[in-house]
Amino acid sequence: MRGTTVEPMIVTTEKLTKRYGDRAVVDEVSLSVRRGEVYGFLGPNGAGKTTTIRMLLGLVRPTSGSARVLGEKPGTPRALLKVGSLIEGPGFFPYLSGRDNLRVHAARRGVDRTHVEAALEQVDLVGAAAEKFRRYSLGMKQRLGVAAALLGRPELLILDEPTNGLDPAGMADMRDLVRALAAQGQTVLLSSHLLGEVEEICDRVGVISNGKLVAESTVDQLRGETVLLVKADPLEKAHVLIEGSSVHGDVLHVRETDAGALVRTLVHADVDVQEVRPLRRTLEEVFFEMTGAA
Amino acid sequence: MGSVKAELLRLWKWPATWVLIGVWLVMTLTFGYLFNYLALNGGTNTRSMSQQQLISAMQPENVGAAVVRGLPMFGGAIVLVLAALAVGSGYGWGTWKTTLTAGPRRVSAMAGTLGALGIVVVLLVALTFVVNLSAAVTVASLEGWDWSLPGLGVFKALGASLLIAAMWTGFGVFLGVVTKGPALAVGLGLMWAIVTENLLRGVGSLLGPVESLTEVLPGGSAGNLAGAVGGSSAPGVLTNLSGTTAALFLAGYVVFFVGAATLLKVRRDLV
Ligand SMILES: Nc1ncnc2c1ncn2[C@@H]1O[C@H](COP(=O)(O)OP(=O)(O)OP(=O)(O)O)[C@@H](O)[C@H]1O
Ligand SMILES: [Mg+2]
Repeated sequence: MRGTTVEPMIVTTEKLTKRYGDRAVVDEVSLSVRRGEVYGFLGPNGAGKTTTIRMLLGLVRPTSGSARVLGEKPGTPRALLKVGSLIEGPGFFPYLSGRDNLRVHAARRGVDRTHVEAALEQVDLVGAAAEKFRRYSLGMKQRLGVAAALLGRPELLILDEPTNGLDPAGMADMRDLVRALAAQGQTVLLSSHLLGEVEEICDRVGVISNGKLVAESTVDQLRGETVLLVKADPLEKAHVLIEGSSVHGDVLHVRETDAGALVRTLVHADVDVQEVRPLRRTLEEVFFEMTGAA
Repeated sequence: MGSVKAELLRLWKWPATWVLIGVWLVMTLTFGYLFNYLALNGGTNTRSMSQQQLISAMQPENVGAAVVRGLPMFGGAIVLVLAALAVGSGYGWGTWKTTLTAGPRRVSAMAGTLGALGIVVVLLVALTFVVNLSAAVTVASLEGWDWSLPGLGVFKALGASLLIAAMWTGFGVFLGVVTKGPALAVGLGLMWAIVTENLLRGVGSLLGPVESLTEVLPGGSAGNLAGAVGGSSAPGVLTNLSGTTAALFLAGYVVFFVGAATLLKVRRDLV
């Protein structure tokens, strides 16, 4: 096996499963996160995002299946020291200042305390660093959580719904921060139930619903690849000619990717083709379609 | 070790640590010296202690006994509360999650907590000794007694104090981990330390087997060890077991509580 530093896959899971009682909360999830990408882990409430992430950090043991994080077993020091995480909200001592909380965390991680100031700066908390965590606003707490995750320059950053509870400006700040990190080559695994967020900052997405990974691809592929919109005359004839097409008003939707072949078929049958283009559905439509939550 | 340093830093800056230590020191001074001193000077002598006993209890020479006699019940309750709060509140605050994902393996994280609590407990016993000694010297000087510093025997009393405090700390840690929260852990712990064992002792006076059992329960063992090294006339202090037997039971409890808590912490999913 080659050294972990050249491993292109940062996270891989193989049929990862967690059952509570006889309910599979995470059901045979096989996903992969590549080095240098921002991976969006998308799913509605209760889909199993946090549970999957907990398994990647060794907090929860899988019922079956396996996972590798940076080539290591999840939860081992070798894996954890290379991962920074923020899971379901920040966990800090309320009576300590933001700075002291980071110092405590730096000691745990074996990171020099000089890194604390840099982390505070990265999330723009230097001004409030001496204040008690208890008095922080929700947005400040969340940012301190990200600062803690950044301590020790982890190879992988796992952020579980980092914009939870933030106002629009706070959300925009958080997105800017993630984008800035990504621009420096930081690999990020980010879970969210906000489609806009994922659409805006993620390179690839995995969609999870009822514990099952229902799709994994780039945002563009997920949105556009599978359906072509066809405007033809006469429409009825085209509909009969093309298998698996459906009529939507004065256009056809076709589950087909080879536009050339499709046009040839229609033209040979004397059908006038006025327009053929990939149907740009929003991620939202795709999401609802896949998760059956419409 | 990073984990001990981290835990020590957060316990050190935790107001609860100092409030509990402060409350304990005030209690030990009040009951060990202030009331005795007042009783000696113009007290109505309704107390059960004779003048000679009061003087002896406050002599700097006997400071070891003064330290140890408070620990089986009240001092123990204080360190139990401290440990149960320190471990239990980490679940609600989410700090266990932060700790267990920081890097060190779970055993090390737990060792960090135990180590830091251990240092705080050593500090508490040391402070109790210093404060009691100062009070004793002050009283002796005020009264113009002939006094001398305690002999080497004081180390035996201090060692016993540490063992008793360690047992109650382990009990608190165990309850904090088992109940995954501070409230139930503190409630159950205090009830056990202050109510349950006393009730059992009450039943024990009627039922022989129960009586023997109460001697070796956590509080009973602690009381017997305190009694064996010279502690007397304080709630919870007993003199029915040899010091060695009591110490062995206490050591057994420490191993059990700490071991069980660590095992649970390492094995259990954290959600
Ligand atoms: N310890 C547990 N015992 C039983 N069920 C659990 C446990 N933890 C999680 N679940 C269930 O597993 C399901 C998935 O939970 P999870 O927290 O992973 O969802 P999520 O995708 O993170 O949702 P959200 O967007 O609301 O955070 C939920 O229905 C939850 O009730
Ligand atoms: Mg979640």
